[in-house]
Amino acid sequence: MTGAQALIKSLEMAGVEVMFGLPGGAILPVYDPIIDSPIRHILVRHEQGAGHMAEGYAQATGRPGVAMVTSGPAATNIVTPLCNAYMDSTPIVVITGQVPFTAIGTDAFQECDTTGITMPVTKHNWLITDAQDIPRIVKEAFHVATTGRPGPVLVDVPKDISNSQMEWYWPDDVDLPGYKPTIKGHPRMITEAARLIGEAHRPVIYAGGGILKARAAEALRELVDMIGVPVVTTLMARGAFPDDHELCLGMPGMHGNYTAVTSMQKADLLIALGSRFDDRVTGKVSTFAPDAKVIHVDVDPAELGKVRRPDVPIVGDCRQVIEELVKAVRALGGSDAQPDRSPWISQIREWQAQHPLRYEQTFEADGPLKPQFVLETLRDNTPEDTIVVAGVGQHQMWASQYWRFRHPYTWVNSGGLGTMGFAVPAAIGAKVGRPDRTVWAVDGDGCFQMTAQELVTASSERIPVKVAILNNSYLGMVRQWQELFYEERYSEVYLSPDLPDYVKWAEAMGCVGLRVEAPEEVEPAIDKANNIDDRPVVIDFRVDSFEKVYPMVPAGGSNDDIILDPAHGEGGH
Amino acid sequence: MADSGAHRHHTLTVLVENKAGVLARVAGLFARRGFNITSLAVAPTDDERFSRITIVVDVESAPLEQITKQLFKLINVVKITELDPSDSVERELMLATVRADPRARSEIIELVQVFEGKIVDVGYDSLMISVSGPPSKLDDVEDLMRGYGIVELQRTGRVALPKLERQAPRLRSVSGFRTGTGGSGPS
Repeated sequence: MTGAQALIKSLEMAGVEVMFGLPGGAILPVYDPIIDSPIRHILVRHEQGAGHMAEGYAQATGRPGVAMVTSGPAATNIVTPLCNAYMDSTPIVVITGQVPFTAIGTDAFQECDTTGITMPVTKHNWLITDAQDIPRIVKEAFHVATTGRPGPVLVDVPKDISNSQMEWYWPDDVDLPGYKPTIKGHPRMITEAARLIGEAHRPVIYAGGGILKARAAEALRELVDMIGVPVVTTLMARGAFPDDHELCLGMPGMHGNYTAVTSMQKADLLIALGSRFDDRVTGKVSTFAPDAKVIHVDVDPAELGKVRRPDVPIVGDCRQVIEELVKAVRALGGSDAQPDRSPWISQIREWQAQHPLRYEQTFEADGPLKPQFVLETLRDNTPEDTIVVAGVGQHQMWASQYWRFRHPYTWVNSGGLGTMGFAVPAAIGAKVGRPDRTVWAVDGDGCFQMTAQELVTASSERIPVKVAILNNSYLGMVRQWQELFYEERYSEVYLSPDLPDYVKWAEAMGCVGLRVEAPEEVEPAIDKANNIDDRPVVIDFRVDSFEKVYPMVPAGGSNDDIILDPAHGEGGH
Repeated sequence: MADSGAHRHHTLTVLVENKAGVLARVAGLFARRGFNITSLAVAPTDDERFSRITIVVDVESAPLEQITKQLFKLINVVKITELDPSDSVERELMLATVRADPRARSEIIELVQVFEGKIVDVGYDSLMISVSGPPSKLDDVEDLMRGYGIVELQRTGRVALPKLERQAPRLRSVSGFRTGTGGSGPS
């Protein structure tokens, strides 16, 4: 068997059903056995698209996404998705071709130091030097990507290695002496956490993306139902706890709602579960949740104490630790032993009543269409288990704020790296992974232009994703910052509403293209899109250029200084 | 090189898998966090599957904890031990070519002997010396040789192992020596 055949067979053995990729010189030998493999290969139009599709697939299904591209420029094109997956702990396995091993270091055609370049943005990477190692390394790659704190891995395969002969085997186990993630939390620390919870009068659960990675949403629900503590869900954890639960406070952080932000500021105990005290959540760290003790649960020991020193650090898998925590709380008396927190809950209710998210949609002729209105209408006219995929910017924040997530794995976005152009390819990946679900990409006009060509992939592969472009003809978030912090000096942010013509562009890519300019056209267009299931649909929503995302904590500012929408005449500091 | 006092030297011994690119991963991690490596020594161990990297860094302890944790996340890193200078044996080797005209030659030879060093090569008007020992001793030799004129100097960077325990385990548990006994929380 050749190395190339062994590689494809190894992917089959690893349970791969679908992969995203684009062939080229150095990976050519590996593309040949794909013809005879049951693995579905989706031919992308740009390698970045392959990487983001693998991420969307992984975020929607929980299974590792796989992308395969050639050497040199293809490898560098997939660096952005690798970094994105690294920041958001998404398990993806990227296979890259490499020039023949004998040519490495000679500046051969399409040679680049792929393992060197990707070292800081992968959990681990491998350069294969012997075809006999291929099954072992593929097995290790999937193991590393999916266990502990998940993340991207890369396997670089020189062309002569793919072409050389090897003797097939499939290893039973992996032998990585330096890789033994801690899964089980320390029992004494868990007891200590249960004790702190039982003493807290103003606790908040700070749920992060780790809940979803650990498939701990049910365990979290059980914990909350037992201890009755309100929950904030970070941008990476939207859907990890249902928005329609009475104790769900929604998203905290720079564009979080007033109650989520303020409850953390005033808390006497933060129960951080799979969250990492990101600067977009904490604001100025020295003034973040000043009175709170911290219980911090994470599978990655390096997260504990990285930003905020926890009072109770617990290294372990979120699901297992939460399940143990439920037992520990029960041992201390369960729900009956929790203190009376009704003053805290009524304080929270008061904040919610005083400072809801708000915007105003007028229905007068020529009145601007508000992006929030589009999102609310979309939310109310799609199945409740719709998967929503966002790019990066204002539209992403509005989508996170206004959607009501009821199920885990219904929200896919680029959180840590903030990769514009993520939405279209990630939505395609999500739809491939969950063909039974409706998948809507909510995108900005700036983002859409970065990766829209992947809709060609979607059309030709019959992947019927739907794209709602909130077209405000600006790089909106940058525009917002220039308006607020650069004295309205707008530098290089104007894009134009109709260049390109998004409807014609969509049609040229084999999609249905629709345009919406007035509020009353929104719902009919969404209904029409929902009824099309044989090709992608793109709706160009011409929305208000001047709308801004509120609330807002200015970068580097304290969460105490949260700015509410000044148009509604309150709260602004 | 010399201890500055404001910062503290920390010696990390890192047991790694003996594979291509491991040193780049370790060094790259230090570079990304903006840490300057004071000295670095890499060599195979008695087990051919593993190598030991001895790294001396000059940082405060809080960022060191973070870098140690990040380092441990590298798949090829098997074990990390931070060695306290007072609780470990540290050794380093120095080779130096020193200007030695006929009048100075015997002085230099005498000094090198005091420090239990060796003359490893003799040139027309220079000597090459070899001294090994604790890094502070090498600092002293370096200072003394500077007066004669150092032509070239090369130090290996330190290697270190923890000091051996001097009490029998039974006695240790009776006297409560060290805090290693009993359940300590996750570090």
